[in-house]
Amino acid sequence: MTITQKILAKAAGLESVRAGQLIKAKLDMVLGNDITSPVAINEFNKAGFTSVFDNTRISLVMDHFTPNKDIKAAGLTKQCRAFAGKYDITNFFDVGDMGIEHALLPEKGLVAPGECVIGADSHTCTYGALGAFSTGVGSTDMAMGMATGIAWFKVPSAIKFVLAGKLPPHTSGKDVILHIIGKIGVDGALYRSMEFTGEGVHSLTMDDRLTIANMAIEAGAKNGIFEVDDITREYLKDRVSRPYTGFTADGDSDYDEIINIDLSAIRPTVAFPHLPGNTRTLDEITEKVTIDQAVIGSCTNGRISDMRKAAAILNGKRVAKNVRCIVIPATQQVYLDCIREGLAEIFINAGCALSTPTCGPCLGGHMGILAEGERAVSTTNRNFVGRMGHPTSEVYLASPETAAAAAIAGYIGNDIFD
Amino acid sequence: MNAHGTAHKYGDNVDTDVIIPARYLNTADHAELAKHCMEDIDAGFTAKVQPGDIMVGGANFGCGSSREHAPVAIKASGISCVIASTFARIFYRNAINIGLPILECPEAAADISDKDEIDIDFDTGTIKNITRGKTYKAEPFPDFIKEIISAGGLLQSALRS
Repeated sequence: MTITQKILAKAAGLESVRAGQLIKAKLDMVLGNDITSPVAINEFNKAGFTSVFDNTRISLVMDHFTPNKDIKAAGLTKQCRAFAGKYDITNFFDVGDMGIEHALLPEKGLVAPGECVIGADSHTCTYGALGAFSTGVGSTDMAMGMATGIAWFKVPSAIKFVLAGKLPPHTSGKDVILHIIGKIGVDGALYRSMEFTGEGVHSLTMDDRLTIANMAIEAGAKNGIFEVDDITREYLKDRVSRPYTGFTADGDSDYDEIINIDLSAIRPTVAFPHLPGNTRTLDEITEKVTIDQAVIGSCTNGRISDMRKAAAILNGKRVAKNVRCIVIPATQQVYLDCIREGLAEIFINAGCALSTPTCGPCLGGHMGILAEGERAVSTTNRNFVGRMGHPTSEVYLASPETAAAAAIAGYIGNDIFD
Repeated sequence: MNAHGTAHKYGDNVDTDVIIPARYLNTADHAELAKHCMEDIDAGFTAKVQPGDIMVGGANFGCGSSREHAPVAIKASGISCVIASTFARIFYRNAINIGLPILECPEAAADISDKDEIDIDFDTGTIKNITRGKTYKAEPFPDFIKEIISAGGLLQSALRS
């Protein structure tokens, strides 16, 4: 069995499972945000449920349209707050202690290796970086999960990615995952697991792995998953005190495909509009793609190492005239670390707006909406039509370093690191 | 169970951001969501869609966000079934969970044109293109999924059992 299949077998109480099998699995955590939870709460109430399966295994994170962007959004968080109060949900994160959900849950130790997690947010697949099975679902699944602690799954097959070598300068996990999506396409892993293995994995930081697993969904995958190693255990040391199991794949596991990735050959990579798979390396961009905005943050790239990398590029420089650069640390802890480490000062001196945690601009919610025809370079995860604002606006996905360098240059081009 | 209506045809990778843009996600009201369905790629959709009509897409239909608002908006706009060559997995389970029938059929997805008149028999997975006099075959749903759709959704089917 693959790592994912072993976790699902355990969660379903079965000796073994095979790809394609329909199972009912016990959930260790059920997650929702301020957009998806209200729909789940409505369904939960409509169905007549009057209790939750476990008030400590539900996380409600108010991160998308918060701090409340308008009256209707205020109504959504109000509804979540009331539900959390009524059912005594211990992991209810509101403005002041919330962060972007997929940065927050790992940081708070709410997910551990071998666990089975669903979230009413497609980027729930992020926690595969910790060796957990986690996948995005809709609000009805979330409602069912909150009420019963159970979800149905079709056991996925897997693609194995064997990583070798080490990343060169100015590249990170973002460039790895953009390279992979560019290679296999936005439905290249449809319904399947992406399993990341090989000696190259050990050279990737936890933040790199979280970024890679985060965007597995952009290749259509059910989940992305890494084996647990010393780097994982070190990350978990002060966060998770409960026992956990790091599963490894059987030597004779049946993979749909095995793809070798040489990390040393990865180059800074940009996904052009309007698909995350529409990638080009910086070297291949011979024109200058002028930008109006740069966004550095999100569940993909709002962690402290992302902030450090962006700050190293912006240190002592100024954002180009006519470029709005918005930096959004993903959690309160990351925000505080930015202040303590002097990064906040670097960002502000460079002419960036530094914001409280929010998903805001990534999905065109608030805090950086694009006007007709405007272009943004962004460390977020999607560049679909109208994703960050007007239907004719454009989003170019890149790493924090590339976005910062482009913000200074005023364009995306092959000389921005020169 | 059957469906009958006019086809509204789209391409590959129809994502949930174009099915229902995030700027409208500050409400969970079904009728309100339906008003903005497909707005960013087909501004005329809500004016032309009739109850019972069929939506047809290419590969990876419904990719992107997990927002259940997407299948909800499609269902509330009057669409009775979505046919595509493949579906993104979260959209697939969301559609089933809310009781919106969807069929994977690469042949039908490629062959059906905009405005074709379509007839569907869900029990057998037979899709008839009345305009072109053609028949396509989709895999019928497994019983487990048929039960959810006929109950009107996942929670309804859980309550029924």
